[in-house]
Amino acid sequence: MPQSERQQKKKKEAPPPSEEGGAANPEAQQKGRRLKEDMDRLLDEIDSVLEENAEEFIKNYVQKGGE
Amino acid sequence: MPLRKIFGTETEYGVTVSGPGDVSPVLVASMLVGQYGQAELRRVKWDFQEENPLRDARGFEAARNKEAAEEEGALVNLVLTNGARYYVDHAHPEFSTPETTNPRDCVLWDKSGEAILNASIKRALEILPPGARIHVYKNNSDGKGNSYGTHENYLVDRAVPFARLAASLIPFFVTRQVFAGAGKVGTEEAGLTGIDFQLSQRADFMEAEVGLETTLKRPIVNTRDEPHADPERYRRLHVICGDATMCEVTTFLKLGTTGLILMLIEDEALDIDSFTLAKPVEAFKTVSRDPSLEATIELADGRSMTACDLQWEYLDAVKTYLKSGRGDEAFGGSSWPEDVVAKWEQVLGGLDTDPSTLAGQLDWVAKRELLDAYRERNGLEWNDAKLKLIDLQYHDVDPERGLYYKLVAGERVERLVTDAEIARGMITPPNDTRAYFRGSCLARYATSLVAASWDALIFDLDGQTLKRVPMLDPFKGTEAGTRQLLETYAEPSGLVQALQG
Repeated sequence: MPQSERQQKKKKEAPPPSEEGGAANPEAQQKGRRLKEDMDRLLDEIDSVLEENAEEFIKNYVQKGGE
Repeated sequence: MPLRKIFGTETEYGVTVSGPGDVSPVLVASMLVGQYGQAELRRVKWDFQEENPLRDARGFEAARNKEAAEEEGALVNLVLTNGARYYVDHAHPEFSTPETTNPRDCVLWDKSGEAILNASIKRALEILPPGARIHVYKNNSDGKGNSYGTHENYLVDRAVPFARLAASLIPFFVTRQVFAGAGKVGTEEAGLTGIDFQLSQRADFMEAEVGLETTLKRPIVNTRDEPHADPERYRRLHVICGDATMCEVTTFLKLGTTGLILMLIEDEALDIDSFTLAKPVEAFKTVSRDPSLEATIELADGRSMTACDLQWEYLDAVKTYLKSGRGDEAFGGSSWPEDVVAKWEQVLGGLDTDPSTLAGQLDWVAKRELLDAYRERNGLEWNDAKLKLIDLQYHDVDPERGLYYKLVAGERVERLVTDAEIARGMITPPNDTRAYFRGSCLARYATSLVAASWDALIFDLDGQTLKRVPMLDPFKGTEAGTRQLLETYAEPSGLVQALQG
């Protein structure tokens, strides 16, 4: 699409549609909470699989040669 | 008319061992590849006759000891029944997909490569001391200035002058990072500070516009000229500026958009002048180091545009081209061009309005979201080792440890291929390229094969004479063309005779 048309579209679409009342809407709030809970669970899981002693692990990861 | 495309990727994986035993990366790489191959596959060598990584597309040959390079590469090498090559490149296990005719198939065999590396870990651990752990990463750098490559390959019409090909591709490669980047914490460019996060793994290592090198002074457009096919008709464009990508949509877009742009270049349907950049190498880094996507880059004609602006223009040119019908014959009725355009448009739209909506499709967005959430929860600075570890472990190919695979398990990522297809792809080749014939011969006649390569198979039929079967056309050797022949002959001597008859 032409650039001018796209710029307009960009302006129109951002910020995201707030027809449902945005943050004040209880449904949207609930959805936000659910998303945060999901992310928290994911971060817990990441903590459980991350290599121990990040500093040491990163320091020892050296790759030479290739291509 | 544009040429029907062949797609392929070559991925060098980063490897390390933790726990008991002091094992060098070279040894780990050899163990991974060596333990994966069954005995009958291990004895089939790689045929170097048509290999020449030092031949330059601009028409000359670089000086280096070719024999030494061959010897190195020949140490551990497998040609697999799925038509892929799996071998040790210096200190890295490297997986090259079989030839595919569309970006979705290429994603599938690229993912099969990850699964093969993961299977190799389990087999290699059997010969390491108890408690040892092997880590394999599908990324492009160790965070200390050492980079390893993920190369893309595309079949291109030899008739296109290389200079035009390079000039047309540079601005595209510079700007496709907005969706094709795998994301990286920090920078590895000496003396540079203040970069928290950037879009791509490889931008720090780009130093030239065009060149033959892949390990020093890396160029945006690589000139290696090894077509692995009829050199009169074909060129194999060897792309080295891209990232190893985990998200299927990211890989699909990286391959698909590049394939389409190449077809427009072949058909002279791209106005090169409207895209030429003033300073491409600088622009490559500017784009990568601006996750806000607002930075502008300067064009040769004096305009300044964002990377997304340029990508929308490329998309427009491709859409106009598809409408014209000029590429229809080369597309052969396949829907991949429309599928790529639809995804491309959706993703560019998301980047314009709210990139966070693309966390299930683009690697850099997915990784950035994890890093931001983790950083916020733990109050970490960007230079914290934990964030570097998250960056690295995102690319771990072991689904138990890999953070990308945690996103998959949580159904946070859009899939284009199924796990069942990936598992099949570890064993079986694509059915519509010469990879079908190569893979099938490895599956049926491995004990009679002496060597194999992209464009030939060498049979030892009677212990005395070797028969070379050339496969110079990547579109021949398909299931439709050779299955009946393969099923007719249980012994390779009959097959070779029939082929030569």
